Amino acid sequence: MAIRERMSGNEAVSYAIKQINPDVMPAFPITPSTEIPQMVSNYIANGEIDTEFIPVESEHSSMSAAIGAEAAGARSLTATSSAGLAFMWEELLLAASNRMPVALALVNRTLSGPLNINCDHTDGMGARDTGWIQIYAENNQEAYDNFIQAYPIAEHKDVRLPIMICQDGFITSHAVENILLLEDDVVKKFVGEYTPEEYLLQPGKPMAVGPYAVSNYVMEARKNQLIALKNAKQVILDVAKDFSEISGRSYGLFEEYRTQDADYIMVIMGSAAGTAKEAVDQMREEGHKVGVLKIRVFRPFPAEEIAEALKNARAVAIMDRAESYNGNGGVLGCEIKAGLFQKKYMVDTVNYIYGLGGRDFTVAHTMQIFHQLSDMVENGTEVEQYAYVGIRN
Amino acid sequence: MSEYNFKEVMSKPERLAPGHRMCAGCGATIAVRAVLRALHEGDQAVIGNATGCLEVSSFTYPYTAWEDSYIHNAFENAGSTLSGVETAYKALKKRGRLPEDVNYKFITFGGDGGTYDIGFQSLSGAMERGHDMVYVCYDNGAYMNTGIQRSSATPMYADTTTTPVGSQSNGKMQNRKDLASIIADHDVPYVAQTTMIGNFSDLHAKAEKAIYTEGAAFLNIMTPCPRGWRYDPSEVMKICKLGVETCYWPMFEVDHGKWRLTYEPKKKLPIEDFLREQGRFKHLFKPGNEDLLVQFQAEVDRRWEDLQYKCARDN
Repeated sequence: MAIRERMSGNEAVSYAIKQINPDVMPAFPITPSTEIPQMVSNYIANGEIDTEFIPVESEHSSMSAAIGAEAAGARSLTATSSAGLAFMWEELLLAASNRMPVALALVNRTLSGPLNINCDHTDGMGARDTGWIQIYAENNQEAYDNFIQAYPIAEHKDVRLPIMICQDGFITSHAVENILLLEDDVVKKFVGEYTPEEYLLQPGKPMAVGPYAVSNYVMEARKNQLIALKNAKQVILDVAKDFSEISGRSYGLFEEYRTQDADYIMVIMGSAAGTAKEAVDQMREEGHKVGVLKIRVFRPFPAEEIAEALKNARAVAIMDRAESYNGNGGVLGCEIKAGLFQKKYMVDTVNYIYGLGGRDFTVAHTMQIFHQLSDMVENGTEVEQYAYVGIRN
Repeated sequence: MSEYNFKEVMSKPERLAPGHRMCAGCGATIAVRAVLRALHEGDQAVIGNATGCLEVSSFTYPYTAWEDSYIHNAFENAGSTLSGVETAYKALKKRGRLPEDVNYKFITFGGDGGTYDIGFQSLSGAMERGHDMVYVCYDNGAYMNTGIQRSSATPMYADTTTTPVGSQSNGKMQNRKDLASIIADHDVPYVAQTTMIGNFSDLHAKAEKAIYTEGAAFLNIMTPCPRGWRYDPSEVMKICKLGVETCYWPMFEVDHGKWRLTYEPKKKLPIEDFLREQGRFKHLFKPGNEDLLVQFQAEVDRRWEDLQYKCARDN
C-alpha cells in the first residue's frame, strides 16, 4: 500500500536514500542540496540506516571518495548543487570512464556570477559531456521515483555508468507537496543488493583501477563508454516498466502532455513543466491546440524520439533554463534542432532562455510564447529565434 | 613490532613487480618497495596513487606492476579516494560481505606535487577524519613528472624549470614547506619522516608502525630523482645518506604526539656535502655565491635545532 505523505523534494530524495540504505555516502554541503546529507546523517544518528557517511572537506573529495568506495565494491552516492558539481567536474568524468555506477542527487542551481543560490540548469548542463546519465524531475514525486530507479539503471550490466537524479533547487527541493511513498520492503526488493563482478576488496583477486593508457587505447575506451550510455536508453525504459508495476506510475524518456493533435508544442525540462501544463490546460479550454513535451532523460539524449514526437507540430518552443554561450541557442535548443535536421523534419522552432537564477516562469509567459508561435506561423510575424523570456530592456 | 631482520625482510616477495618503467636511480621505486615489505604476510592491501611518475610508469594499460589491488583516480585526490576505499571496507565488513578473518590495509602514494600542493586539501581532510590508512609522500622536491617544476617541497636555491638559475635568479626563492610537522599538527596517531639509508631498518620500522597503527598515518620519504636533482643514477643511496648526515633530511617520528629523533648523525656534515653531488645546486659553488651556501646552512641549522628541541621536550 502506498503511503500518503507531504514532503519537499529534498525530503523525498532523502527518504528514498533511507529506504535504499546504500553503503557509503561522502558529501559536502551546498545550498540548496544541503538538507540531503543532513537528513541522511540524522537517519544514521538515529540508527534508522547504517550507511557509512564521510563528511569530506569538498565536493571534489566527495566524488573522489564515492569513486573509491564504488571501486571497492560499495554502493555509493553523494548530493550536490551548482559550484559543488562544477568543482567535481573532473571527477564526474572519472566516475563515468571508470564505469562506476555512483548515484548523485543534483539539486539544480545556477553558477556564479553573480553569486546566486536559486534554480536554473547551468550546473547540470555544464556536466552534459561527462558521460553521466541525467534524469530530471518535475516535482517531488518524480524526484523520489527517479531516485528509486537510479541504481537498477546505473548498475545494470549493460550500462555500469554513474547517474544524476536532478530536481530544481528550491522550487522542487524546498516546496512541500503531497507525495505517494512506497513501502520499505518494496523499495528494497526493487533496488536489490549491489553485486559487482569485480572490485578492489576481493581477497586473493586483486584488481587495478584507473590506468594510464597510450593513444592506442583511448578511442576504444571512449567508444565502449558511449555504447554503454546508449544502452542506458533501453534499460531506463525497462526499469520504468518494472517501476510502474510496483507504483502504478509510468515513466518514459520524456512525457508528452496533450501533444497528440497539438499544432504548437513547448519542450521543457524540470519544474517549469508543471507551469507549462497548467497553461496548456487553460489554452485548450479556449480551443488552442497546444501541448508540452517534458524531457525526463537528458543523457542519453533521446534526440530521435523527440524529433518523431515533434514532427507534426507547426512550431515548437524549446525552453532552456541555462545559457550555453555558443551564441546560437541553449543546449536543448541546439540538440533538438540537430535531431530534427538529422531526421529531415523541417519544423519551425524558437529557442527561449528562461528562469535563470531563479527568475519566475509563469503561466502567462507560457501563453505568450504559444501566441508568439501561432503568430509566427499563421500571420508570418517575425519572431526572434533565440530569445530571453521576461527580460527587462 | 617484530625485530628487524635484514635478510628476512629483503627476501620477502616483491609487491611492486619488476617491469615497471621508472628510471634507473629513482628513489621513489625503492621507497615504495620498502614500504610494501612492511605489510605482514597474509594481509591484503589496496594501494592508492596520485597521478605522477609512479602512476604512469607502473600502471600503463594493459599492464600493472602492482601485486595488490590498486587505484589511481587523479592528481589531487589520493587522500579522498583512498578514504572512500577504506570506508567501503568498513561498510562491507559491517554488512558481512567480507570474511571476518580477512585483513585489508590501505596505503596511498603521492609525490610532493600531489601531496604538498595540489592534493594538500584532500590529504588534510583524510588525515583529520582519521581514516585507517597510510599516506606516503615520496618527496623528490619538485614536479618531476611534468619536467622538474618547483613545488612547495623544493628547497631554496634549487634550479628547476620554473625557478631557473639565470643572471637575475639564484633558483627558488622560498624555503620548503615542512609537511611532516603540518600533518603532525593534525593530531594523527603517527607521522614519520625517513629515507633509504643503511639497512633500511628505519624506513621499515616506520612503515610497519604506520601501517599497523590504527587511524591515519603519514610518512614523508625523501626519494631523490636523478633527472631533477641531476646525479648519477648509481649515486642514489649516497645522496640519501648525505641528506641525513647533513641534517638536511632528519629522520624522526611523531608517535601519538611525541616527537622522537630516530637517528642522530655522529658528526653533522656541512650542507655542501649534500649539495655538491647535485647538478641543481651547481650555481651555489660558483665564486661569489658563498653567501647563498651560508644561508642554506643557516636554514638547515634552524630546522635541525627546532626539531631537536621538540624531541628533547617529549623525551
